[in-house]
Amino acid sequence: MATLSLKDVRKTYGKTDVIHGVSIDIADGEFVVIVGPSGCGKSTLLRMVAGLEEITSGTIEIGGRVVNTLEPRARDIAMVFQNYALYPHMSVFDNMAYGLRIAGVRGDDLKARVAKAAEMLDLSTLLDRKPRQLSGGQRQRVAMGRALVRDPAAFLFDEPLSNLDAKLRVSMRLQIKDLQRRVATTSLYVTHDQVEAMTLADRLIVMNKGVAEQIATPMEIYDAPANMFVAGFIGSPAMNFLPATVTGSDLLISDGSRMPRPAGLQDGGVILGVRPEHLTRSRSAGPGTLTVRVLAVETLGADAFVHARLGESGSEDIVFRVPGHDRPAEGTVVSLAVDQDKVHIFDAATQRRISGM
Amino acid sequence: MNRSTFPHRLLPWLLIAPQLAISLVFFYWPAVQALWQSMLREDPFGLKSRFVGLQNFQKVLAEPAYINSIQVTAVFSILTAFFSMAIALLLAVQAEKIVRGRGFYRTLMIWPYAVAPAIAGMLWLFMFNPSFGTLAAIPRALGIHWDPLLNGTQAMGLVVAAASWKQISYNFLFFVAGLQAIPKSLLEASAIDGAGPVRRFWTIVFPLLAPTSFFLLVVNTVYALFDTFGIIHAVTSGGPGKSTETLVYKVYNDGFVNLLIGSSAAQSVILMVIVIALTAFQFRYVERKVHYG
Repeated sequence: MATLSLKDVRKTYGKTDVIHGVSIDIADGEFVVIVGPSGCGKSTLLRMVAGLEEITSGTIEIGGRVVNTLEPRARDIAMVFQNYALYPHMSVFDNMAYGLRIAGVRGDDLKARVAKAAEMLDLSTLLDRKPRQLSGGQRQRVAMGRALVRDPAAFLFDEPLSNLDAKLRVSMRLQIKDLQRRVATTSLYVTHDQVEAMTLADRLIVMNKGVAEQIATPMEIYDAPANMFVAGFIGSPAMNFLPATVTGSDLLISDGSRMPRPAGLQDGGVILGVRPEHLTRSRSAGPGTLTVRVLAVETLGADAFVHARLGESGSEDIVFRVPGHDRPAEGTVVSLAVDQDKVHIFDAATQRRISGM
Repeated sequence: MNRSTFPHRLLPWLLIAPQLAISLVFFYWPAVQALWQSMLREDPFGLKSRFVGLQNFQKVLAEPAYINSIQVTAVFSILTAFFSMAIALLLAVQAEKIVRGRGFYRTLMIWPYAVAPAIAGMLWLFMFNPSFGTLAAIPRALGIHWDPLLNGTQAMGLVVAAASWKQISYNFLFFVAGLQAIPKSLLEASAIDGAGPVRRFWTIVFPLLAPTSFFLLVVNTVYALFDTFGIIHAVTSGGPGKSTETLVYKVYNDGFVNLLIGSSAAQSVILMVIVIALTAFQFRYVERKVHYG
């Protein structure tokens, strides 16, 4: 168990910057998730912590010890790979015992530690099997077990659930969270799935193009995204963005509808951000509401997501959420009340958050 | 059962006829001929022959020179297969580490395979000729009395070196392909698990290369038994004093030089049986230990 700290960590391939200075202090036992679209550098960052990629500049500390130039094996970490990376010629037991044997653990001690980890992951009956005789979920658990059994200073997860089917992913997600709580080992977890990120993380690092756009708790990120990228990436369906102008006492939307002017804004162009769950159907049109024409309805059961177009002849697409049993028909025109307490205002030029909530 | 039907009953036979013809003419016919000849006694001019049953076999197996040849073959084959595979593996592992110019190195490594066996043999013979060989100076400088033309052990060393050298390229190619098929993440996982480079090699890389190694073991055994005739012929002609006379070389020597056709045929039949038995053994016992991904 240990703290993990990154200080202005950078990575450059030739002249291309892939990681632009990431800094974070991770407390002992904390679960931090790095989330971002593919190619954002999240896996590279994790591999730099693991020692599988070199660090161009900056410092990485594990348990207060600078590990920049240390070999992976000297860093006291364990990693779960996306494809599990189980040794195909070894049994489940040997896979889990591999690291311990190298560390010099022998005999009954070895057996006891593997047995304990196997029990935690419900693998006790599978110890004699080879990886190819296991299902995807079982392989994933063996990969977890191999990390767990060594009791390292930190766990690194590289998209460990992305090869599983949706149902298994949900149950494994809970299992990982539960396991991490029980062993209380500092964890760094990479995923492109924002649901996984939100549910697992104590804190999130939202990355885009090698930049850590925001580092905060899941709810802080949901409530106050630092910029339009974070706002659009976290939350499903994504936040609606509407170009607007601050003028007089109004916030004028592109289709001509008016909202009350939020406090503390100068006149000029901004982007109004509204999440689909903060738009509700209203009986009357007027200030503070949007008029949209329904294009399509996606029914999920409890909820439905309605895809609509703003205004009579507008070009802005908008998504809002309605209860599953109260869906508007396609082609109808409806009015939507905007929850004024929950809107986000972004600078049109810098895309940074200006105000809201 | 769903049978595909041909409009003509003859057509399927016509279609496989070329392959059948080649197999029959070049494999089965000579094999049957050898079997038949091994039971005949023939005068050197081929004017008359007499059926003698298994007499040729009895004679061959009672001959001390034949027993010597079996021993020579065993030593030669094991050394050649071992060195050609071990060195090829070492080179393949090293070539994997090269970042720049990897393709260039690999291409260079393949060239020796294109050298004809007889020429390879001549090259080694010249390089290590005790009187004018360039490389013969090295053992001499080390105080070794170097003369493969008289010393049987040194002659064996020379043919093993030449035969291995020629086969390294082939083995190298397969090992490179085998190494590339090992997922990088396995090595990374093992590195994180605490294994150093040497341990990573023996616990992960080497076991996962087993299918490749097994295939090469079979191929190299057959190579050492049969395809090294040219090298031995060029370098030592089986000498000095039959110290490098392998089974295949003795077949040639007895049949085409000494014109003992019957004995030579019996020897080739025995050789055939040995190779079949050896290959069967390898598949039966060695392959069990091989893990196919």
